Amino acid sequence: MTGAFSSCLRRGAGVFLAMMLANGGAVPVTAQDRLPPAPYAYEQLRDPAKEARAKALMDELRCLVCQGQSIADSDAPLAGDMRHEVRSKIAAGESPEAIKKWLVARYGNWVSYDPPFDAATAFLWLGPFLFLLLGGWLAFGRFRRGEDDAAEGGA
Amino acid sequence: MIAELGLALLWIAAALACLSLVAGVLYVRGGQAELAALVRPASVAQGVLTATAFGLLIALFVRSDMSVELVARNSNSLKPMIFKVAGTWGNHEGSMLLWLTILCLSGALIALFEKRLREDTLIATLAAQAALSLGFFAFLLFSSNPFNRLPVAPPDGQGLNPLLQDIGLAFHPPTLYVGYVGLSVAFSFAVGALVTREIGPAFARAMRPWVLFSWIFLTIGITAGSYWAYYELGWGGWWFWDPVENVSLVPWLAGAALLHSVAVTATRNALRAWTVMLAVIGFSMSMVGTFIVRSGLLTSVHSFAVDPERGTFLLVLMAIYIGGALTLFALRAGSVAEGKKFALLSREGSLVINNLLLTTILALVLLGTLYPIVAEAMGEKISVGPPYYNRVAGPLALVLCLVMVAGPLLSWRRDDGKRLWSRLPVAALAGAAVLVLLVVFGGKIGILPLLGMVVAAIVAVASLAPLWGRNLRRTPLPTWGMVTAHFGVAVALAGMGAESAFIKERLVAAAPGDIIKVGSYAVTFVGVKPVAGPNYTSIEGTLVARTAGGGEFTMRPEARTFPGLMGTAPTETNEAALLTRPGGQLYAVLGQPVTSDDGRADRYQIRLWWKPLVWWIWLGGGLIALGATLSLVGRAQLPGIWRARRYRKSQERFAP
Repeated sequence: MTGAFSSCLRRGAGVFLAMMLANGGAVPVTAQDRLPPAPYAYEQLRDPAKEARAKALMDELRCLVCQGQSIADSDAPLAGDMRHEVRSKIAAGESPEAIKKWLVARYGNWVSYDPPFDAATAFLWLGPFLFLLLGGWLAFGRFRRGEDDAAEGGA
Repeated sequence: MIAELGLALLWIAAALACLSLVAGVLYVRGGQAELAALVRPASVAQGVLTATAFGLLIALFVRSDMSVELVARNSNSLKPMIFKVAGTWGNHEGSMLLWLTILCLSGALIALFEKRLREDTLIATLAAQAALSLGFFAFLLFSSNPFNRLPVAPPDGQGLNPLLQDIGLAFHPPTLYVGYVGLSVAFSFAVGALVTREIGPAFARAMRPWVLFSWIFLTIGITAGSYWAYYELGWGGWWFWDPVENVSLVPWLAGAALLHSVAVTATRNALRAWTVMLAVIGFSMSMVGTFIVRSGLLTSVHSFAVDPERGTFLLVLMAIYIGGALTLFALRAGSVAEGKKFALLSREGSLVINNLLLTTILALVLLGTLYPIVAEAMGEKISVGPPYYNRVAGPLALVLCLVMVAGPLLSWRRDDGKRLWSRLPVAALAGAAVLVLLVVFGGKIGILPLLGMVVAAIVAVASLAPLWGRNLRRTPLPTWGMVTAHFGVAVALAGMGAESAFIKERLVAAAPGDIIKVGSYAVTFVGVKPVAGPNYTSIEGTLVARTAGGGEFTMRPEARTFPGLMGTAPTETNEAALLTRPGGQLYAVLGQPVTSDDGRADRYQIRLWWKPLVWWIWLGGGLIALGATLSLVGRAQLPGIWRARRYRKSQERFAP
């Protein structure tokens, strides 16, 4: 049920379904399947440092028409277009932060797998630490209580 | 006839579940022995009948009986036989029947073989199991009948989706289901023990094999699913933190926590309430996972709202079971004594920290999975993905591994730091050596992969420490199991770290004759040729990978096109070619043809990855499952005195 079902969804009907659901008009520029993919969709930048920066950014951008895939792991034409967009901008010297800002302004936080820390996500980021603190407090209380071995004469 | 018979069997089995439940409750409250005598046979019969019904559904798929709606929708007479059979559970109704079959069969197994528990606890456990199955019977019979007939049988079925015809996909879901449902048995044991207040070593020992059993299947299911995604999706990722993956990971984490805490309860009669709580959480997480996947919530909150019937049904079931169990727990928790005392620095102490970290990781994975759904319902669309999980769960997992280094070396009750430290110098040295090597020769590595590899080295050495200075032939199987599983964690962790630190990626448009360098390999793109498969056409590329040492390997990635059926668009898939080498895997994908500016189309997109030690990830998963299996076999109820003597002797000293 894990990767398996999701992947067939990702690659089959899911693309279609997600396309209908992906917030209205927020679908990237040239979405025609029949056109050949843009050059940087499937080619790396020459400069390894720039490519590494582009790759790191692509890994955390959501493919808007897929289910649970980043644009770095998708064959969807739209993901290809977005990869081209990212690589072109990095090649032109833009910083990954600026590109991400531009994409978030365009598509909302939905596009980034790295949610920002704000009022809406505060519990997401702090929740695990609160849980750990609470659990730790309860657990360490545990070391002070309990029966003595002698009281019950061993297990 | 077959379909009608199957449906009738399901109704009878449901009636028997009712009987078990009522008789069980009456017996536990009133103590009439005649009622107790009903419960065992009813549970066994229920298991047999449900399994037969499932067998009949398989028969319908095998015979391609298109008058049955489920078969017509999901099968096709042209499918290969293995996929006709697998098609039985490759859909909603069939998979729910499979779920129910496993649930009832495990009830039957408890009724037949469980001898360690007090009679009233056992009957209460079987009644709890009957209550669980009753809910799912209702779900199946009222909203997901697999045996529904069509008024007019179509000439053939619609189910020929090529993507679903994969052997991995055929056996992946049932493996996970066995794991999920195995946790239901732990849940029922917990409920039974709460009802009769018999929470102690006997209860823990009865429950432990089921926890191990279920966890083995979850481990195999998750490992296999990860490998499937790796070779099938064509981008070389092995874990996506996708919601569907997460909901299988969550019960696995609960199972891991539970099998460690149950060891404490079984051996030292401590952590009693917590073990019961975890058993409740484990199966609850299985149900939450099934609910999330089955209700359509994952695609979007809106797709849930389109057809809320099934989702609501599951939600109500879940609320009844989880709510009921938690209420019972709250009522009885006061009377469940804490158990034996122990120090922080002790085997028990380390297992408490293990449980704390595992449940925190569980909570954060669940939080990250559900957060976007809740946020969307409140009008905020956000995505939670790998950056979140790596940053939050990664450090916790590393700390957990360090606890795993110390835990098995500590003695029960209390221990002292000096003694622990005296057993660790080799492991610490191994870690330091790897750290120095990576810093000096590793180049630029992210902090998490770096620490991952260092911790892996420490764990690898320390996990073997419980075997040092011991007669290996007389070492009990559960100890071998623990060592193997912990070593497996180190292997998988090393694989993950090395893969993310040293991966090499090359994406190029290559013409025949071009040489592409990736890692230490020079890969020549020889050319492509068309190939016709049984139900697809394909372009097969030929790549020759050469090593510096003169090795030569041919790789044949394919780009397949499946024709569209009944007016749907054709489907394209990539079949990656994998070259497994001692140091890692070379991963090659053939993409689409590329048209040059001058109009020639002789180039192809080629994607190549060198993934160092990547196969260690799944080897590690396999070792973990093997370790759990050894532990299970070592604790199984073997016949005769042989079991009793060896097993009891090893209990106190060597568990878990």
